[in-house]
Amino acid sequence: MIKAILIFNNHGKPRLIRFYQYFAEDMQQQIIRETFHLVSKRDDNVCNFLEGGSLIGGSDYKLIYRHYATLYFVFCVDSSESELGILDLIQVFVETLDKCFENVCELDLIFHMDKVHYILQEVVMGGMVLETNMNEIVAQVEVQNRMEKSESHMERMLLRRHLEPLSPHSHELG
Amino acid sequence: MALKIVKGSIDRMFDKNLQDLVRGIRNHKEDEAKYISTCIDEIKQELKQDNIAVKANAVCKLTYLQMLGYDVSWAAFNIVEVMSSSKFTYKRIGYLAASQCFHESTDVIMLTTNQIRKDLSSPNQYDTGVALTGLSCFVTPDLARDLANDIMTLMSHTKPYIRKKAVLIMYKVFLKYPESLRPAFPRLKEKLEDPDPGVQSAAVNVICELARRNPKNYLSLAPLFFKLMTSSTNNWVLIKIIKLFGALTPLEPRLGKKLIEPLTNLIHSTSAMSLLYECVNTVIAVLISLSSGMPNHSASIQVMKYLGLLAMSKILKTHPKSVQSHKDLILQCLDDKDESIRLRALDLLYGMVSKKNLMEIVKKLMLHVDKAEGTTYRDELLTKIIDICSQSNYQYITNFEWYISILVELTRLEGTRHGHLIASQMLDVAIRVKAIRVFAVAQMATLLDNAHLLTGNVQRKGICEVLYAAAWICGEFSEHLDNPTQTLEAMLRPKVATLPGHIQAVYVQNAAKLFATVLKSQEGNTDSTAAQETSQLMIDRLPLFVQSANLEVQERASCILQLVKYIQKLQQKDVEIAEEVIALFAGELNPVAPKAQKKVPVPEGLDLDAWINEPPSESESEDEQPRAIFAKEEPKHSRPRHTEVDEKELAKRREARKQEQANNPFYIKSSPSSQKVYQEAPGVEHIPVVQIDLSVPLKVPGLPMSDQYVKLEEERRQKDRADKKKKEKKKRKEKRSGRGKRHDSGPESEEDITPAHMVDIVTEEMPENALPSDDDDKDPNDPHKALDIDLDKPLADSEKLPVRSHRAAEVLKSPAQDGDAESAASQEPKKKSSKEKREKKKDKDRDRKVRVTCLQHYSPPPSPANHTCLILSSTSRISNTISPSTLWVFDDKKSSKHKKKKQKKEKEEKEKKKKKKHHHHHHHSDGGGEESVQNGTVEEEEPLPVSRDGPDQVNDIQGNLQDGSQVVVSVIFENKCDSFLKSMEFNVLDSLNSKLQRPEGSGPHDGLTVPFQLPPGVSNEARFVFTMQSIITPQKLKGTLTFIVKDSSTHEKLDFKLHFTCTSYLISTPCYSDAFAKLLESGDLKCSSVKLEGVVMPFHHLLARICFRHHFSVVERIDSCASMYSRSIQDHHVCLLVKTSGQTVSIDAKCDEPTLLGNVLDEIKQTFSQC
Repeated sequence: MIKAILIFNNHGKPRLIRFYQYFAEDMQQQIIRETFHLVSKRDDNVCNFLEGGSLIGGSDYKLIYRHYATLYFVFCVDSSESELGILDLIQVFVETLDKCFENVCELDLIFHMDKVHYILQEVVMGGMVLETNMNEIVAQVEVQNRMEKSESHMERMLLRRHLEPLSPHSHELG
Repeated sequence: MALKIVKGSIDRMFDKNLQDLVRGIRNHKEDEAKYISTCIDEIKQELKQDNIAVKANAVCKLTYLQMLGYDVSWAAFNIVEVMSSSKFTYKRIGYLAASQCFHESTDVIMLTTNQIRKDLSSPNQYDTGVALTGLSCFVTPDLARDLANDIMTLMSHTKPYIRKKAVLIMYKVFLKYPESLRPAFPRLKEKLEDPDPGVQSAAVNVICELARRNPKNYLSLAPLFFKLMTSSTNNWVLIKIIKLFGALTPLEPRLGKKLIEPLTNLIHSTSAMSLLYECVNTVIAVLISLSSGMPNHSASIQVMKYLGLLAMSKILKTHPKSVQSHKDLILQCLDDKDESIRLRALDLLYGMVSKKNLMEIVKKLMLHVDKAEGTTYRDELLTKIIDICSQSNYQYITNFEWYISILVELTRLEGTRHGHLIASQMLDVAIRVKAIRVFAVAQMATLLDNAHLLTGNVQRKGICEVLYAAAWICGEFSEHLDNPTQTLEAMLRPKVATLPGHIQAVYVQNAAKLFATVLKSQEGNTDSTAAQETSQLMIDRLPLFVQSANLEVQERASCILQLVKYIQKLQQKDVEIAEEVIALFAGELNPVAPKAQKKVPVPEGLDLDAWINEPPSESESEDEQPRAIFAKEEPKHSRPRHTEVDEKELAKRREARKQEQANNPFYIKSSPSSQKVYQEAPGVEHIPVVQIDLSVPLKVPGLPMSDQYVKLEEERRQKDRADKKKKEKKKRKEKRSGRGKRHDSGPESEEDITPAHMVDIVTEEMPENALPSDDDDKDPNDPHKALDIDLDKPLADSEKLPVRSHRAAEVLKSPAQDGDAESAASQEPKKKSSKEKREKKKDKDRDRKVRVTCLQHYSPPPSPANHTCLILSSTSRISNTISPSTLWVFDDKKSSKHKKKKQKKEKEEKEKKKKKKHHHHHHHSDGGGEESVQNGTVEEEEPLPVSRDGPDQVNDIQGNLQDGSQVVVSVIFENKCDSFLKSMEFNVLDSLNSKLQRPEGSGPHDGLTVPFQLPPGVSNEARFVFTMQSIITPQKLKGTLTFIVKDSSTHEKLDFKLHFTCTSYLISTPCYSDAFAKLLESGDLKCSSVKLEGVVMPFHHLLARICFRHHFSVVERIDSCASMYSRSIQDHHVCLLVKTSGQTVSIDAKCDEPTLLGNVLDEIKQTFSQC
């Protein structure tokens, strides 16, 4: 099981947090700070695994992270997940982001946290890996985006109709 | 109205969206908090608006703020509103927000059940998907129970997208509602062979999670997984399966052999490093070949180094020897710059130590401690050293003097937090290893003497804990001290007063012990002045502690001060007092196991909760008690008696200890060769301390000296070996056994290393009869424990998941089917005495009043809750929802004027005389050829005067209706009395309009047999089908339930009434505003209206109530005006326009059936007149 997924930048600013176990907000922030502290002081050429971090802790859990340019992607997982498998999964997730945002950069994550969440939801669900096939993930995300677009289009149409001077409908009861 | 919509939409264009918010926050770096608080105020305003788009936008922004650490739980209800939007865009926002901030104690979660169920059955797969994703994050036991069946249905959805999500979420459901595992498991198993790889992967995922916790229950799936492993190409699935096999093979050794081939194939063919690693990992677990696991650790890549260490720690568990050959490599890893790798290596070392290499490893670690930078890592090293040494009851320590000196050296560490750990080790060793006490006491005395080294630095706060141990050891074992006077002096230095209170307390107490020893040694002398000087020292120094701010220190100090003053007086009279003072501290303190208290078995017949005496009344004996205490306490002061007891006690304990040692597995028995002498010695007290003592001079702490022990130990071992060889030669000469041959050439084996001391490691005390149990190691809160369920057993009827929709046909099942379960259940109640029943019979003969009460199971949710029901999804399919209501039937000879809850309580107090029944009504419609899942929802509620002379009781009946003619009522019978009930018959007097459906061939007035019997306290459900002609008027049906109370064999009868209201025939159906407008314009509808006065509730609560109680859905709402719609099971349209001004609510209604409309309005009116 994945216990938490954190994305933060080189300064520890959270860009996306996703806990699959409940923590109160202040605890969440503390976990982010601590995790950032642990991860940021490590060189890029040391291994991608990290044990401990007392908050998210327990001996069964470890942090698996990847560092891309300005962002850290950190997964906290228990021993049922394969370490290297999760590393691959992070790669898949980032590549998916790249496809969906077309050359993803930190700004995309900053301004479209919701979209990132929706993409993540197609990869991991409730702490368990849902899909690892990138094409499938991208396809599902796109269908949903199209649905959203058509809904907002419909709304605009409705609005236009309401703006016309003679509204054909009256909802007042006689 | 249209204008308002337009206005709302235009307003929205000026609202901040998420991007604006983020931009704003970035532009206000200086006063971010202030900016955000204004944003939150805006959001609060937005949430107050009716436009769902505005609300969704606000909720979206809240999700962002939640990430920044702001608590947004106050908006939980708004999130639910957005979740229930019919638009996918908004629904998704709502569910995202909910998944980020809902948790088990979020109270609005319970309002979401119906909404989620509706979304789950939405025709749009993405609505379902979004609901599943959200639910996976905030599922609660209640939600899991209520939705388990719906999700199970989704596991066979046509779309793989839904199937995989449904499969995955089942794991969460199992965790929260373990009862669902067995019924759902067959389908889960089926999904392992799903044509879609995603679904397959999800199923593997879930089963792996399940199997990881309780592997033995999943052994039977091994062939299936084996097939998957050879056929699947999905690396993720393969990794999971291989991991699973890793967990299964220890349980089924035959599996290992079979796995060799596919695993080696995979290892050779795969290019994925992750898969390779897991294969190797499993190979290790399977113990097939270690050689294939080895390439890992020589890899220079850091990742591989880490994983190699990890893998090695697994090998270690089963093949410790093969890892030990890599000790140097692992020790090298301690020098790695990567902390993760260092910690892993440490972990490995912990597992690899043996008697042989312990000293060497610890020496290496001590070097690292000196070098280590950063207190965290150093602390980690320190704890590891102690862990390594103390593991398995000091199994690997051969020389405790060495260990004590290691501990003393560790006290030199700067800034460690683990002072108490070192202290507890010192105490533990000193108490449990008797032979070491002389040495330990000497070391501790030096520590005390140099206490300023430990306390001088502020940074070293943590380490002064060590002094606690030092003082205690010196005091308790003071007889071993070389120079007790000096130590006593050291313990009474003024500097001590700066130590923490609890340490001072120990100082004071142990100073007294030391004082006693000193007195004893000095009294033997002819010169009595020395003894008096010591007393004077105590009297001089103790007042410092008497003034201590710490209560404990103060108390002990003043007590001891008085004692010493008294002693001094006696000394001046030349009285020999040392013996008596010593007696104060006679007796030994034994270590008590941490779980000892818990394991004391409760003697038979002891009820800890029972009063021993009647509880005293408040007023009594308040003035007497203190006197009694004083009177009792006085004789206790006599000292001689005290000693006597102690001596007896001591003898007893000594005897017990000898016994214990004989049986003690931890008692390190000397090896048969060189140390035989010691074993023959009668008691531990007489064990000679080995000559090493002489060769090691005591050092002032600050100089490392444990190294010398290493050297000495080497020498000793060599000597031992030489001795042994000699002996063996002798033995061989004597032609006894050739067992020792290998010692000649090969390296010494574990067993040959003899401890330097004859060591008695005293086990911790346990109470007599303590039951050996390992269950206390398990965490009772572990959620996975509940999932340890045997899955191969066939499903019992009682285990079926609560199904929310039923076919009418099920009602008429033959009673024989339930026979087995009943007879099993009936065994127990038979034992009940018949006395109660006789009593009951008497009561029955008196005038009996029967009452039927219906209680709603989840009582109508508080006002904001109702709001959720108000927004219905636009889907045409409506999930079937039943809020079970409860109908109680019971006999009561008392007056019936009680509130429901009260009744229940009172009944329980006098339960002997009463029978209660619990009726539970659901109305279901017959599926009528269609899937019954597609039923509409109808909930109804109206007052029902049922009892003959009782007050009006509220009767909430809810149920599902689908077609116009048939209604299913499901009744839960609960036996609340103490006797067994059988032969229950349910009968309803048919009216012209409605008939109870009876099996063919039975007369129109025959009752239906309830197909089960009821043991006391048991409830069961039966369903009955009614045929309805017209639904435009409410109906009441009279009915009776007859039953036989076992053993009394008389028929008893309960009357009740079933009330079908008009609203119960309504189905809450969503309606688009266009369609609604068209309907109104059509002119087919008749008009009617009603005015409600004095309604004091917010408008949205009012709407929610109408929606919830009367099954309407809101079409549109503008300010204090809303249009609502509902449809009856016979397709009557009911439209409402609700307006409010002040406390007056006017409802204009239109319907194509005026009678129905009138009745519905009456019912609405009644609802509001009650509140």
